[in-house]
Amino acid sequence: MPRHTLSVLVENKSGVLARVSALFSRRAFNIESLAVGPTENPGLSRMTIVVDAEASPLEQITKQLNKLIEVIKIVELETGAAVQRELLLVKVRAPLAERTQVLQTAELFRARVIDVNPETVTLEATGTPDKLQALLAVLAPLGIKEMAQSGTVALGRGPRSMSGTGTLRPVERTA
Amino acid sequence: MTTSQSESATREAAAALTGVETTARSIEEAAVEPATGITGAQSLVRSLEAIGVDVVFGIPGGAILPLYDPLFDSKVRHVLVRHEQGAGHAATGYAQATGRVGVCMATSGPGATNLVTPLADAYMDSVPMVAITGQVPSGAIGTDAFQEADIRGITMPITKHNFLVTDAADIPQRIAEAFHLASTGRPGPVLVDVPKDVLQATTDFAWPPRMDLPGYRPTTRPHGKQVREAAALIAGASRPVLYVGGGVLKAGATEELAELAALTGAPVVTTLMARGAFPDSSPQHLGMPGMHGTVAAVTALQKSDVLVALGARFDDRVTGQLSTFAPDALVVHADIDPAEIGKNRKADVPIVGDAKETIGQLVTALRAEHEAGRTPDLAEWWSQLDDWRDRYPLGYDEPEDGALSPQYVIERLGAIAGPDAIYTSGVGQHQMWAAQFIKYEKPGTWLNSGGLGTMGYAVPAAMGAKQGMPETTVWAIDGDGCFQMTNQELATCAIEGIPIKVAVINNGNLGMVRQWQTLFYEGRYSNTKLHAQNADGTPKPVRIPDFVTLAEALGCVGLRCESKDDVDAVIEKAMAITDAPVVIDFVVGSDAQVWPMVAAGSSNDDILAARDVRPVFGEGQV
Repeated sequence: MPRHTLSVLVENKSGVLARVSALFSRRAFNIESLAVGPTENPGLSRMTIVVDAEASPLEQITKQLNKLIEVIKIVELETGAAVQRELLLVKVRAPLAERTQVLQTAELFRARVIDVNPETVTLEATGTPDKLQALLAVLAPLGIKEMAQSGTVALGRGPRSMSGTGTLRPVERTA
Repeated sequence: MTTSQSESATREAAAALTGVETTARSIEEAAVEPATGITGAQSLVRSLEAIGVDVVFGIPGGAILPLYDPLFDSKVRHVLVRHEQGAGHAATGYAQATGRVGVCMATSGPGATNLVTPLADAYMDSVPMVAITGQVPSGAIGTDAFQEADIRGITMPITKHNFLVTDAADIPQRIAEAFHLASTGRPGPVLVDVPKDVLQATTDFAWPPRMDLPGYRPTTRPHGKQVREAAALIAGASRPVLYVGGGVLKAGATEELAELAALTGAPVVTTLMARGAFPDSSPQHLGMPGMHGTVAAVTALQKSDVLVALGARFDDRVTGQLSTFAPDALVVHADIDPAEIGKNRKADVPIVGDAKETIGQLVTALRAEHEAGRTPDLAEWWSQLDDWRDRYPLGYDEPEDGALSPQYVIERLGAIAGPDAIYTSGVGQHQMWAAQFIKYEKPGTWLNSGGLGTMGYAVPAAMGAKQGMPETTVWAIDGDGCFQMTNQELATCAIEGIPIKVAVINNGNLGMVRQWQTLFYEGRYSNTKLHAQNADGTPKPVRIPDFVTLAEALGCVGLRCESKDDVDAVIEKAMAITDAPVVIDFVVGSDAQVWPMVAAGSSNDDILAARDVRPVFGEGQV
């Protein structure tokens, strides 16, 4: 199924995340990833929701989301027309004998070392989901002890914004 | 960040997004005297008064007690029900009969959770309703305090929206927003949860408050181009059908519908939620479509070439097997809720808008089509429709064992009480017969639980309807199964002076389930017999309960009818009693069935007019 990234501006109020996630579960839509955070406007939060869905269910998802009172606007960010990033923290087994290999891998992927001890190294990497998958594939044989990964966050390319002038076209409210 | 900072930021953000001042809307009610130094509870009662609420249905309890104190002195009437479910359905009945927002109240915990069924019911049937619940004090939330339930979390999926009020100063705004949300766009229930300390806090009151709903902008005005496209499609159709749903009633669009029907000359079908939206006496009306619809209505949809859905949602009970529903039809789908369009059936011409405006504009656009000489000839279509209607009319057989026929009872009730009365029903066989055999002529005269299918809806809904329309005769047509779920509200009716009439269609069984057991489970009647029975399954000659004495115990007049000859007289007798609720126990046969029928999951093409009677549609005729 094709992957879609929805950028959803919502009111910064308690319970909004619960509403959105409950909507997905009760309408039997699957969330691939979900990231919520503040925006340039303190009254609004941005949810970046990645879903795998065909066109028709995707239309239902956006229409149902639009019905939530606290949802202000939804824009679908097409892959080519948007930048998308995820954050990865990964703790890799790195005894002295193998440490160089870990550090070289980090450098190749422009990952930073953010914690180190005699047994392990913790790396921080950002990138597209594909890049982070590639990094993990290289690190796996070395021994991944633990990892944490964020959902995707994304912004449209170009000068336009969702909330300013010259706004990105919202997903149609009308059919 | 404080709440007020956050909200003002939200307002600015919304204004920036839309370029219009979306949040400065104010309720156009008469200005109400401002007040200072009052309690949150007083502020809430004043808000209800300012909005023009005349009645609330509810039961007090610990957390909501502070609200009941100022309510004691208010001009808002409080009807003390016997179970919160009764309060919820009464609010729904009130709303459906009057078109105004119905209001119910309950305390925290079990009081609030008892509202869950009516909220889900109102949500499915898009009924404007506001529920106000008490909550444990703010400091106790999340501690599993006595009578604590997260009613906001519980009701998120079954309300249009819900609020937890955290500051007494917000009360007027939240109440105004709740009523605005409930009654505009696609109507629905809204719950406002108010912690006890917020009700007790000292605050100021000013009306009207500023509403802050930047994400709520229902589209009411249809797109002109879509309307013209729809008109062109209708003008060019040779087998059009107007498929009318509950949205037409919600929008008060029945006059516009009558005009559209007259202009098109097209057949009209009214769904279970739309009975009364178009007069049954009109020759253009083919009746109800769906699982127990008329052969003509179901088949007209199946064979149509242009299907004009107005405020309807292609429910599975109407479409049958979706993949074979109306296979040749181009679909015009008009609805206030964009999410309904294309949800089940692809729309060829989607129109988002209020049904009243949409149908009104459709009439204008269609006139233009006609003036341009595009007037369809539907003579052939009508000769086909009339043929189906003549060969497969609604009907029923008298029970072979001489028992009283439930369809006959309902038919006579409709004939005697007439089209001015309001009819409510529970869910099951009696509901279908009441939808089939009573002739509805006016909007707001048929109230039932369509989407959720809530047994027990009839009595409390009738109570709410009667409260809202005191001059109108209100009949609850109930089954004996349904009646035993909510008849406690008859005590409310007797004490509060709400003289409803109840016809219990008493077949001693859960009739609709029994019918399915007859048809699909080889007559194995697992747990559907409500009457006392001997070891061999035959009924014992005792009445448990005895509905006549039960009615009398609840302060009503109890009557009984067991033979066809007495039906008219007992109905007339009940009609003559206007100062007390009346219950008639109609003891009817248990083997009557609802026909026609499209079995669940089957294609509408496989409708059976009666058991083992498959209609012949004349292949090749259309």
